[in-house]
Amino acid sequence: MSDTVHRKLERSAIGFVIAIIAAASVGGIVEIAPLFTIDETVEQAPDMRVYTPLELAGRNIYVREGCYACHSQMIRTLRDEVERYGPFSLAVESQYDRPMLWGSKRTGPDLARIGGKYSDFWHVAHLNNPRDVVPESNMPAYAWLARTPLKTDDLSDHLAAQRALGVPYTDEMIENAARDAYGQATPDTDYAAGVTERYGEATQVSAFDGVTTKVTEMDALVAYLQVLGRLTDAAYRETAAAEEAPASQE
Amino acid sequence: MIAKLTSSERQNALVLAVIVALAGAAMAILGRSDVLGVHGLIVMIFAGVVIYLIMASFYEPEPTEDREASYYDDPIKAGIVLAMVWAVFGMFMGVWVAAQLAWPDLAFDGAWSSFGRLRPTHTTGVIFGFGGNALIATSFHVVQRTSRARLAGQVSPWFVLLGFNLFCVLAVSGYLLGVTQSKEYAEAEWYADLWLVIVWVTYFILYIATIARRKEPHIYVANWYFMAFILVVAILHIVNNLALPVSWGHAKSYTIWPGVQDAMVQWWYGHNAVAFFLTAGFLGMLYYYLPVRAQRPIFSYRLSILSFWGITFFYMWAGSHHLHYTALPHWVQTLGMTFSVMLLVPSWASAGNALLTLNGAWHRVRDDATLRFMMAAAVFYGLSTFEGSFMAIRPVNALSHYTDWTVGHVHAGALGWVALITFGSLYTLVPVLWKRERMYSAALIEVHFWLAIAGTLIYVFAMWNSGIIQGLMWRTYTEEGALAYSFVDSLVAMYPYYIARAFGGLLFLIGAVVACYNIWMTVRAVPAAAPRATDIPATTVAVPGE
Repeated sequence: MSDTVHRKLERSAIGFVIAIIAAASVGGIVEIAPLFTIDETVEQAPDMRVYTPLELAGRNIYVREGCYACHSQMIRTLRDEVERYGPFSLAVESQYDRPMLWGSKRTGPDLARIGGKYSDFWHVAHLNNPRDVVPESNMPAYAWLARTPLKTDDLSDHLAAQRALGVPYTDEMIENAARDAYGQATPDTDYAAGVTERYGEATQVSAFDGVTTKVTEMDALVAYLQVLGRLTDAAYRETAAAEEAPASQE
Repeated sequence: MIAKLTSSERQNALVLAVIVALAGAAMAILGRSDVLGVHGLIVMIFAGVVIYLIMASFYEPEPTEDREASYYDDPIKAGIVLAMVWAVFGMFMGVWVAAQLAWPDLAFDGAWSSFGRLRPTHTTGVIFGFGGNALIATSFHVVQRTSRARLAGQVSPWFVLLGFNLFCVLAVSGYLLGVTQSKEYAEAEWYADLWLVIVWVTYFILYIATIARRKEPHIYVANWYFMAFILVVAILHIVNNLALPVSWGHAKSYTIWPGVQDAMVQWWYGHNAVAFFLTAGFLGMLYYYLPVRAQRPIFSYRLSILSFWGITFFYMWAGSHHLHYTALPHWVQTLGMTFSVMLLVPSWASAGNALLTLNGAWHRVRDDATLRFMMAAAVFYGLSTFEGSFMAIRPVNALSHYTDWTVGHVHAGALGWVALITFGSLYTLVPVLWKRERMYSAALIEVHFWLAIAGTLIYVFAMWNSGIIQGLMWRTYTEEGALAYSFVDSLVAMYPYYIARAFGGLLFLIGAVVACYNIWMTVRAVPAAAPRATDIPATTVAVPGE
C-alpha cells in the first residue's frame, strides 16, 4: 500500500468509515452466509422430535443458571472424546437449539449424551448437593430448585415464539403446553397421556424429583438432562470414525 | 455535572431522562409478572437519580465563557471514576468465582450467588464496566486532543457515558436475577441490547462529528482504532443479538440463530469482541498515551497502517477456531485457523511498533512505573497474540480446547494487556485532566505495577499447568487401550491450581484498589499544576507520531 493513498484516506472521516466497514465485513459474510445455503451443513434426521414444554422449561433453567459455563454439549470428533462421552455430536442434533449450548469450557464433563446415563434419583441427589454422590465435585448445589415451583402459565408463549422462529410445534402442542408440562411430571394421570400422544411414546414421563403433587424447577431440569442426546439417534447411524488425537499416537 | 450546559441543553437532558424513566415505567407495567418488571424499576431509579442531579442545579447560572475555547473534560473524569468502580467490582467478582471453584460452599446456597450466575457478572464487569468506561473516557480525551477540537456535543457525551453504564447495570443485575441469553460476553437480554444500540449509535455519531471538526488535516492513528472499535462492535452486537422476545412482558427471548449457525455467529461475535473491544480500542489508547508518556514519536507510520488494516480484515475470519472438531463444517474451521495464524503478522507489527517507540526512552521505562505499565502491556500483547495464533492451530486446539489453558490465555490478554495498558493510560491521564502536577504517589504506582505483574504471572502459570494437565489426562490411554483417567481424576488434579489462580487474581485486585486510592488522593491532595497553555483546542499541541 502506498503511503500517499493512505494519506488521502486519512483526510476523510467518511471514507475511513466506509473502508473499515468494507474490510471488516468480508470474513463474516464468507463464513456465515453459506451455512444457510449449503445443504450438507446440517444432516437430515426425519425422526427428530422437538423438546416437550417441560424439557424446554428445563433448558431455560439450564441457560438461566449458566450451566454452559462449565459443561459443554459438543462431543468433538476425537477418539478419546467419543470413547468417554459417546458418538460425536452432529449439527442436526442442535437444529432446534436457540441458543446452542455447545459451551467452551469443561470444568465439569460434557453433557451432550448425559440423557439416560443416570437415574432421575441420581440427578436429583446430585443437584441437591453434588458432593453427596461425587465427593470430589466442585459443582454448586442447586437444592433450591426442588423448592421452587415451575412457572408453567406462559409456556404456550414460549412454544409460540419458538414456532415463529421455525421450530415445528403444532397448534395443539402450543395450546396444551402448560398441561403437558404438568403431565410429564405426573405419571398415571390423564395429563400424562397427552404428552406421549403429542411428543411420541419414547418421551420420558416420570415423577422426576420424586414428588408428584407439584411440578418444580427440579422436575424440569432433570427432564431436560434426561433427554440430552436422545431427540434423534442420527449420531448412532453411519457416522465417520473418530480421529486420533494428533499428538498422542500410541 | 450540568454547570457547563446552557438552559436549553439542560431542558434537553431533562427530557431525555424523563423519556428513559417512562420507558422504565412501561417495562415495569408490561413485565409486572416477570423479572422484566424488576428491571423496569431499576431503569426508573437510574433515570430518577439523573433527573434529580439535573434538577438540583437546573436554575444555576448558565456558563458565560466561550466553551469552544476549552476541551470538554467533565464526562471523561466521570468515565474514569466509573471505570475504577467497575474494575474493583468486576475483579472482586472474579476472585470470588475463582475461589468458588476451589471451595464450592462459597456460594452459600444462594440462587443468585452460584458460579453460573456470578461468572458473567465478572466478565461483563471487567470487559464492559471497566474496559468500556475506560475506552469511552480515553476515546473522548484522545479524539479532542488529536483533532484539536472540542467534542461535538454537550449533552450527548453524558448520554453515551450514563447510557452505557445503565446497560452495564441492567446486564449485571440481570445475571443475578437469572436473566441471560447464555451467549458468552453477550448475555444481556433483548431490551438491554436495544438500549445499547441507541447508546452506541449516539457514540458513533458524536465521535465522527468530532473528527469532522478537527483542525488537523489527517486523522491520527489512535482514532482509526477507536473508529474501528465503535463501528465493528456495533455490527457484531446487532447481528449476534437478533432475537425474538417471548412477549413484550418477558425478559426472556430466543435468538433467531439456530444450532450450528448460532455457534458460528456467537464465536464470530465472541472472538471479535476480543478483537475490536479488547484489542482495537486499547490499541487506540496505546497509540496515544505511550508516545505521550515516552515523549517519543511512534516508531513507524507504515507499520501502523499494516497492523491496522491487517487486524481489521483478518480478525473477522478467525472466530471459527473456537469450533475446531465440532459439528461446524470443516471448511469453516480451516478458514478460521488459517486467518488466525496470519493474524500474528499485524499483531506483532503493533507490539513491535510499540516497543520500538520506546527506543531512546528505556531509561524512562526503568524509572517511571507508568510507562513500564505500557511497556509490559505491549509485551503481554505480543505474547498472548502469539499464544492465540498457536492455540488456533487444529492439533494444538485438540489439546487446549475446553481446558483452563484457554482461560489462562484470555487472562494473559485481559490482565497483561488490557488492564495494564489501561492503568498506564489512566496514570498518564488523571493528572492532566484534574490539572495536577503529578500522581499522588509514584511509590504506590510502583507497588501497583509489581502486584499486577505478580498476579498476572501466578494466574497464567497456574492455568497453563492446569489446562495442559487436564487436556493430557483426558486423552491418556492405558497400555490395554482404555482411557486412563476418569473425568473426576482430572478435576482432583485441578484443585491446587484453582487455589493459586484465585491468589493471583487477589493480588491483581489489591493492585486495582491501590490505584483507586492513588487516583482519589491525586484529585484531593496534590497541588494544582500551573495552567498548561497548550491544552486548549486549535492551538499547536504536539501530536505524537505526526
